[in-house]
Amino acid sequence: MTRVHVSDLVKDYSIRTGLRRSRLRAVDHVSLDLVPGRTVALVGESGSGKSTIAKILTRMEKPTSGTVDVRLDDDTPVQGSLYRRQVQMVFQDPFASLNPFHSIEHHVARPLRIHQRTRTAQETHERVVEMLERVNLTPAEDIAPRRPHELSGGQRQRVAIARALAPGAQVLIADEPVSMLDVSIRLGVLNLLGRLQREDRLAVLYITHDLATARHFSDEIVVLYRGRVVERGPADAVILDPHHDYTKLLATAAPDPERVDRVSLTQEGTDRGDIDNSVCYDHFAGEWQEAGVPAAQARGGAAARSTS
Amino acid sequence: MTNLSPANEPSLVDEAEAEEVARDRAGGAPRSGWRMLLPTMTPWLAVGLVLVGVITLFGIFGPYLVGDPRQIRDIGLTPPSADFLLGTTQTGQDVLAQLAYATRGSLQIGLLVGVLATALSAFFGIYGAYRGGFADEAFSLLSNVFLVIPGLPLVIVISGFVPRESRGLWTIAVVLAVTSWAASARVLRAQTLSVRNRDYVAASKVSGEKPWRVIVVEILPNLLPVIASQFVFAVIAAILGEAGLSFIGLGASNSATLGTMLFYAQNGFALSLGAWWWFVPPGLVIALFGMGLSLINFSIDEIINPKLKNLRQHRRRARKAARLERELARAHRRSRPQEPDAVREADGAKEVSAR
Amino acid sequence: MTTTLVQDEGTAARGGRTEPVLTVSDLTVVYEVEQPVTAVKDASLTLHRGEILGLAGESGCGKTTLAYAVNRLHRPPARIASGSITFHDRDGADVDVLALEDSALRAFRWDKLSMVFQGAMNALNPVTTVRAQLRDTLLAHRPGTPRAEVRRRSEEVLTRVGVDPRRLGSYAHELSGGMRQRVMIAMAMLLEPQIMIMDEPTTALDVVVQRDILREIVRLRDELDFAVVFITHDLPLLLEISDRIAVMLAGEIVELDTAQRLYREARHPYTRKLLGSFPSLSGERGGFIRSGVDDFADAGTPVQNGQEDRA
Repeated sequence: MTRVHVSDLVKDYSIRTGLRRSRLRAVDHVSLDLVPGRTVALVGESGSGKSTIAKILTRMEKPTSGTVDVRLDDDTPVQGSLYRRQVQMVFQDPFASLNPFHSIEHHVARPLRIHQRTRTAQETHERVVEMLERVNLTPAEDIAPRRPHELSGGQRQRVAIARALAPGAQVLIADEPVSMLDVSIRLGVLNLLGRLQREDRLAVLYITHDLATARHFSDEIVVLYRGRVVERGPADAVILDPHHDYTKLLATAAPDPERVDRVSLTQEGTDRGDIDNSVCYDHFAGEWQEAGVPAAQARGGAAARSTS
Repeated sequence: MTNLSPANEPSLVDEAEAEEVARDRAGGAPRSGWRMLLPTMTPWLAVGLVLVGVITLFGIFGPYLVGDPRQIRDIGLTPPSADFLLGTTQTGQDVLAQLAYATRGSLQIGLLVGVLATALSAFFGIYGAYRGGFADEAFSLLSNVFLVIPGLPLVIVISGFVPRESRGLWTIAVVLAVTSWAASARVLRAQTLSVRNRDYVAASKVSGEKPWRVIVVEILPNLLPVIASQFVFAVIAAILGEAGLSFIGLGASNSATLGTMLFYAQNGFALSLGAWWWFVPPGLVIALFGMGLSLINFSIDEIINPKLKNLRQHRRRARKAARLERELARAHRRSRPQEPDAVREADGAKEVSAR
Repeated sequence: MTTTLVQDEGTAARGGRTEPVLTVSDLTVVYEVEQPVTAVKDASLTLHRGEILGLAGESGCGKTTLAYAVNRLHRPPARIASGSITFHDRDGADVDVLALEDSALRAFRWDKLSMVFQGAMNALNPVTTVRAQLRDTLLAHRPGTPRAEVRRRSEEVLTRVGVDPRRLGSYAHELSGGMRQRVMIAMAMLLEPQIMIMDEPTTALDVVVQRDILREIVRLRDELDFAVVFITHDLPLLLEISDRIAVMLAGEIVELDTAQRLYREARHPYTRKLLGSFPSLSGERGGFIRSGVDDFADAGTPVQNGQEDRA
């Protein structure tokens, strides 16, 4: 069992336009916790910083400031190569995340070999078959020697999940794992993730722009807007009782078959210029807080702001 | 734009996936990654392979079958005959024997330069692009500098600068390689930059692969067709470049190549004396070898750009479809009810799709 | 030109008038490859004036092929093997689309029926301004339009789709994704077509921007009374904006009904499966995601649960 404590994560990118350099803050003091057996959904539009957080968590990018603290049950910090074994990621596009040159077996076998989960070639092959069967790719013996282009999108994403779990990962970052898949397959892949999570007590960060699946698939929702957390809380509370303007806007914009009266299509569009991302509503605390400042300060300053 | 291959689309439902897997398996064994890299056999590729193969075999085994190319006889400039299949030079040397040794010399240079130039371009192109940052900037600057240096004049200057006695095969090979890697390196850099940002490279990093393994195992195979094409091109360029150098008298001093043969033919006034058997064979070997390699290169291009592969087939199908459709349109104009044969076609199509 | 008249007709359309504008009957499209593939099989549908018809289906189901064929934009080796497409012009004339010859076909496209392509927002020419592209389109179909008229019309369509006319001088890269998509829609309605086919017009956009564009499409339809064929895989979205929905599976239209009826009482199992694939945002949580059933074992459960929720 592994838990992740992310605190005050900040990531700045410097942009060079001509001779001038400017700074773009992609992630602004974001804190969140991932605990075994629970799913946190990170919701936001493109450019809101959710993929940057995924990159930092998988150590593909270094944060400008803030910490990612990963600890095992006995409180030993996870570092070095152990980090790669513990924290894994499922990418958005299953057509791009598998190397067209290599077989399915290669993709699942490499993590096993790198992290010395298996010793001999025979053992590795058996584990690969076992992993493929776990993600419902049967007959696994037939799938293993194939190459990615011979599989459908849903099958590829299952391979990607098998690869992520192969090192024995306890923390799974799923970056829009179903948005590139056909709709009738999405449910199956999400259900598969859910089953694996229960079996292995995984801590899952589910990154998505789809509020409906975020609500049903996760326990907690964190809404991100322009790099800041603007609302967080239990999944149902955030979706059914949104407090922040941006969450409300997202909720009305998402297509909802329950709402066939076209209300949202006839009313005027909301202007996004007046949405404020300096406050955050925390459903757990039941109060407004300041966003974009270190977590310790957030509690104090916000109460005054929201009442004014 | 329009999707031309609906048959290859992923299946719709998960249940169907399993069936599809079973059906595909019955169709044939999956091709391995390496097999995919081999070009499919076409008449052009066959001609290219035969040309290159025959000339290579001649270069390897020819010298063992012919006499001493340096032996001087007192029968200068005899036309081809039973004794001397390709005649003799001004000093009575056997042209066939000279050709065999010269072909071997030229092939050696070509291969050597091909390997050196490809290695240089792969290192500067791939490694720099993969590392990014300062290494990339520096390597990029270096290849740009080498790119704008005019190749042939530099080669002439360097070759002229090195004293004749120390101007061996290796010197010439290094000079040619150093002046010819830059363009390939730039192409490889661009390719690597695009491959480097693909998700599967990120995924292999996340699973903990070491950088060298990411380059060699994940990135390199996807660049192999490009590298192969560049290698072939480098060989052609090297053989031609060396021939040019030797022709103006700046070639390797201790080895005979096709270029030196042409140089001696030129010095011996072969052209004005009408001794075609002296200069045509080396010229022809260079031309045919270059042609053979180019034909192979076209086939490699088809791997790099699979669209080229099915172009002819695609055009034929398109013509057929267009013709059938014109007929249908004509039938429409003549009468509103459908023509019986159009209906039959549709039925046939239904049968096929129901299979 | 005839805005007031058009608006009258628009109200009539919403009042339930069923005058058809496009009739497709038994259309079959075949890809002439080694073993010919039937991409669209005996598709029949009628598009009414001022109606939004949703075309739902997943990748490879033939919805794009159908849209292209209606426009005769399909490229060989695809060919129309049988069937007929009839366009009913506003002035009462019937046009057999399949019999149109080159010049007549060109006049038909864009003028009577226009199309917003999939990923169209990336189809703007990067090296010319929006103004030049609108002008080129207009002049290609209406040669000899005076310059002032071209400018007036360009500004008008941009205003219609909610883009500031000052953006006429912009290049594609200066516009956001949503803005580019609006410009493409503006271009498609430049010649006031009677039918607009939109192939996944909002798929690449964020939900909020997507909502704005949908709103724009519905409003424009109400104002200008054109019929829309809206192609997407997003069924909930279609349920909201379209009058009727056709569901395609493997080249066939398996169900065609009004949005309400399709949602409440879908007949075809595939439609039900599609509906079940979209969790409801505000509805009950249902047992489906976290219940531990796996898709292979219980492919049917989600649908049933979904129906119970709604009942």
